[in-house]
Amino acid sequence: MNVLFSKIIKNKLALLGGIILFILLLLIITTPFLNLSDPNAINTSDRFSLPFTSNYLLGADHLGRDILSRVMWGTRLSLAVGFSAALIAAILGSFIGIIAGYFGGFFDNILMRSVDVLMAFPYVLLALAIVAVMGPGLFNSLIAVAIVNIPFFARNVRGISLAYAKSDFMIAAKISGRSTFSCIIFELLPNLIPTIIVAFSTTIGWMILETAGLSFLGLGSQPPQADLGSMLGEGRASLIVHSHNSLIPGLMILFIVMGFNLFGDGIRDALDPKLSQGKLGRSKALTDLKKNFVFSERCSKSFLEVNDLTTKFIRNNYEIEAIKKVNLSLQKGECLAIVGESGSGKSVTALSITRLVASPPGIITEGFINYKGTDLLNINLQTMQDIRGKKISYIFQDPQSTLHPLQKVGSQISEIVINHKIINKVKLNKEVLELLRNVKIKDPERVVNLYPHQLSGGMRQRIGIAMAIANKPDIIIADEPTTALDVTVQAKILSIINDLKRELNLSIIFISHDLNVVSKISDNIAVMFNGEIVEFGKTKKILNNPNNQYTKKLIKSSPKLSLVKKKYNA
Amino acid sequence: MFYYLFKRILYAVPVLLGVTFAVFLIISLIPGDPATAILGSYATPENIENLNRQLGLDKPFFQRYLKWVVNILQGDFGTSYSLNRPVIDEVVERFQATLILSGSSFLICSIIGIFFGIISSALQYSFFDKIITFSVILGISIPSFFLGMMMILLFTVELKLLPASGMYSLYGGGDLIDLLKHLIMPSTALAIVSTGVVVRLSRSIMLEILRLDFIRTARSKGLKEYRVIFIHAFRLAIVSILPILGLQAGFVLSGAVYIEIVFQWPGVGRMLVDSILTRDIMLVQGGVLFVALCYVIFNIVVDFLQLILDPRIREE
Repeated sequence: MNVLFSKIIKNKLALLGGIILFILLLLIITTPFLNLSDPNAINTSDRFSLPFTSNYLLGADHLGRDILSRVMWGTRLSLAVGFSAALIAAILGSFIGIIAGYFGGFFDNILMRSVDVLMAFPYVLLALAIVAVMGPGLFNSLIAVAIVNIPFFARNVRGISLAYAKSDFMIAAKISGRSTFSCIIFELLPNLIPTIIVAFSTTIGWMILETAGLSFLGLGSQPPQADLGSMLGEGRASLIVHSHNSLIPGLMILFIVMGFNLFGDGIRDALDPKLSQGKLGRSKALTDLKKNFVFSERCSKSFLEVNDLTTKFIRNNYEIEAIKKVNLSLQKGECLAIVGESGSGKSVTALSITRLVASPPGIITEGFINYKGTDLLNINLQTMQDIRGKKISYIFQDPQSTLHPLQKVGSQISEIVINHKIINKVKLNKEVLELLRNVKIKDPERVVNLYPHQLSGGMRQRIGIAMAIANKPDIIIADEPTTALDVTVQAKILSIINDLKRELNLSIIFISHDLNVVSKISDNIAVMFNGEIVEFGKTKKILNNPNNQYTKKLIKSSPKLSLVKKKYNA
Repeated sequence: MFYYLFKRILYAVPVLLGVTFAVFLIISLIPGDPATAILGSYATPENIENLNRQLGLDKPFFQRYLKWVVNILQGDFGTSYSLNRPVIDEVVERFQATLILSGSSFLICSIIGIFFGIISSALQYSFFDKIITFSVILGISIPSFFLGMMMILLFTVELKLLPASGMYSLYGGGDLIDLLKHLIMPSTALAIVSTGVVVRLSRSIMLEILRLDFIRTARSKGLKEYRVIFIHAFRLAIVSILPILGLQAGFVLSGAVYIEIVFQWPGVGRMLVDSILTRDIMLVQGGVLFVALCYVIFNIVVDFLQLILDPRIREE
């Protein structure tokens, strides 16, 4: 509860909502004691008095009634009606949801189909039909609005109940011989409370609006009793000449609904982080550099050289150094392997090279990345976009999530080609088919028209490789390209990469946690631990004769290392 | 694909039956004698008896329901007592006006809503994003009927720019320009809440998508940001935005009731409110049923569009 409270305090908009609701609460509590004039006292001589005149702070309406007093009492009524409607909808809806979710089967079918039917109506129409039958009146419109909102609660609660009904603790409770009633009340219900509160707090604003709407139409509260909706409805008759008559109750409704909406969003964000909207950050096109980033003065003509690269993750004043002062170099046609355990900073290093680390939270604080005489940290987005996919391209770990799920693979490959050069359609199609053949796909004509989900993991990774080599880049950065695949497929993918490397004279940065894989493909190895490179050198030397303590452990933990040693000794 | 469509339509049959049953049930629940309710308290006993026989109300419940459904299938929604004309004629005529109003609001909320949702997600953390977020909160909290009244004050009374009531001018006009002039205010007022909802939800859908791995892949290919956002991310987002649009169609159809009252728009909503107040139950019944049936059909179309847009669902 304290956590909930502090979360709401921290969320500025929710706090604003809370303040509005607090003011409203004060208003409705104090109204009876405020010595206001009778809201229904008619005084025709004061008709349409303007605000701030004579005895009327907010003016008087078409019958000379005090608007201030009417708005205060109307607010009480509107809140009471909206709140009751929400409460009825929450109780009945949750009841239906629990029965449907807990018992499932027949009950579920009948109840949920009925809910579907209710949802098939545009909601006001259903409310109108109900009011038509029961007759206009405040109580009847309250019932109508409650019924219309039952499906929302029923669906939400049913979904969660269904999941809990099959959970271990519910089964345990049932086996222990407790009655169904006690299972539902003491085991299921407490788990549903957050869902119900979130549903309640996010819909109550709506319900107040809906009940006010029905009163506005003349179907809710009947004169002389007035809620805000009917005051607005009455004010409409004199809208043009005496606008304060409608302006004041209208603004009050806006104020109330906004308070509930802001506060409701806050409660939802606090109770159910998954549902919170906009809390999840998108990533920018380029990883941020630190403020006042100092660019290196160095000038280097080497192929690829990484110097003192440091990337941090910063979130809510909490920062982690993902990689610290990383130094690497890569020559043309060479394969450099970066190895290390998960979280050692391999991927961050790889992604930092073309500034693809998600930002926020990623931020590069120091370093120099020289590629053929250009500092990759010191170029703008446009220049970087010309390098990405053309000079330096990537193969990512999980081709399931790294390919666009709704785009045909052929068009995903052709896209990277046309992005970097002008080419006519016929040639483009030919080139795409050729690329697929290069990655040993046997029937490229068929495969180009498939979607990623129609391909196996190995096939998808071939598509990933075809994309990476499409523009004959200088450097391919392969970030754990074989990790998500099974061993036989792994071998095939490795041999494809190896063949391409030879044919195209590619330089490769190959990231893996698997020393076996690395030993087959790399010329040099960089061993990473805890964000730092602890050892860097020729593959053969490092595998046979490691200096660093961590490297030794890594080699020891590798299952087939004896075989590797034999190979290199031979 | 056609198999799926067939299945979806088949699935809609019980819902359609349920809708007719619900409407019939609600109307049958009228306390007291339905004929009295229809004719009002001035009716003589003979009038009531005649009407009861005419409506077949002396028959058992399910027999009446069956006959009623059969009549509806033949396009016979009964006769309005206050207008003395077939309900279906009146409803269809009114529904055209409602369709123009809520259709244009639906277009506004879809196009503007999605556009600002995307922009605001792409510019997250910026000042622009904060403005959008705040406007959305304001937009979804303002009662459409209040907004409509304020618009009349500003654009009709103060600026004398736009007409405040009806669908066409009483004298002259009657062409498309005239209609558009009359349409601007009501359709905007009606669209505001839905636009807010669409902005908010498409923003959050886009934000989730923009964190996914394939977006990083798209950037690693060197694609320009507008392509990454408007083509790659949006292509996936639209699949999740569609059902939200389906819900909004229901909201604008609903909200049209208030707007039609405020702007004197000759649509179904105003007809319903009037007929509730005059206790013309047949007209209420026919109007609610007709709009609900149209909405169910619309939702089938939305489901089908989703199927076309997402090849993964097609194969399930």
